[in-house]
Amino acid sequence: MKTQEAVSKIISLLKGDEVVISANGFISRELHDTGDSERNFYMIGSMGMAPSIGAGIALNSKKKVVVLDGDGNVLMNMGALATIGNLKPENFIHIVIDNGVYESTGSQKTVSPTIELENVAKAAGYTTTVKAETIEELESALVSEYTGPVFIRVMVEAGKREVGRVQVSPEEITERMRKYLS
Amino acid sequence: MVDTGEFLAKLTEKGFNFYTGVPCSIFKTLIRKLEQEDFKYIANTREDEALGFCTGAQLAGKKPVMVMQNSGLGNSINILSSLDLLYKIPILMLISWRGETKEDAPEHWVMGESMTKLLDSIGVPYFIFDSLGDVDKATTELEETGKPVALIFKKGSLE
Repeated sequence: MKTQEAVSKIISLLKGDEVVISANGFISRELHDTGDSERNFYMIGSMGMAPSIGAGIALNSKKKVVVLDGDGNVLMNMGALATIGNLKPENFIHIVIDNGVYESTGSQKTVSPTIELENVAKAAGYTTTVKAETIEELESALVSEYTGPVFIRVMVEAGKREVGRVQVSPEEITERMRKYLS
Repeated sequence: MVDTGEFLAKLTEKGFNFYTGVPCSIFKTLIRKLEQEDFKYIANTREDEALGFCTGAQLAGKKPVMVMQNSGLGNSINILSSLDLLYKIPILMLISWRGETKEDAPEHWVMGESMTKLLDSIGVPYFIFDSLGDVDKATTELEETGKPVALIFKKGSLE
């Protein structure tokens, strides 16, 4: 599975009224490429913070929050797993697209191949954790409607494609998300 | 010296309604009250993570506060510069001033000396807390700029 396929599959299975928070780098670019929407919060910097931002929303909104994270990102802020596992927001789905590399900076290796990230999340208190190695497993995890916090680790191939940068300004992303959530 | 209960009542009066943070001994009484009373205080693992939670809460309509020791400003610089200042997210940061003088422990000396310069250089407005009026000033600044604002607490400024 490629990152593009994983992101497209995830977005195609949403109902439409969710909030989607995407990690910096190619994950935000891929999300943007599936079609821009006011429900998307593209995090272009602040590496590691996507689940923290998502949990801050999930605790204060009835909407379902879907976080599109990466392995490098989640490894940078593993403390967030502890906080989220403790607070247990039910409307929170944390999807880690794991390609084993820091793709945006030149595909340097991450340590994710030696870490069972889904088990880290389970130990931290996530209610359901899944490792999806095929598109069918990803789909099955997404349509199961588990009560959150859910953690889905999606194994994808390394290798980026040409995909444009996010074209919405940070201030615009903020303003439209506030409006969307109000 | 301001009573902690009165300080929290002032924050409530100003509309603040989401509390996160990482402790400092200067905020011992404040955090105990936040934990025991109906503030739903979230104990984060790091200061940048607390800023992430405040960011989400603010997008969802809350008025967030984070509590931290100034050592945690070091952990927060990237998130302030590439998230909250960039995306314009107003967050009230309550920051203790460890290392204000060399009488404090040595691990606080460098940050104690540099804190206000760091805030100045990345563009976070700050006020040194002395009375409840400073909460008014910080709130006005927060609302006018739409950016994070710091209130700095010396040892003994809250009881």
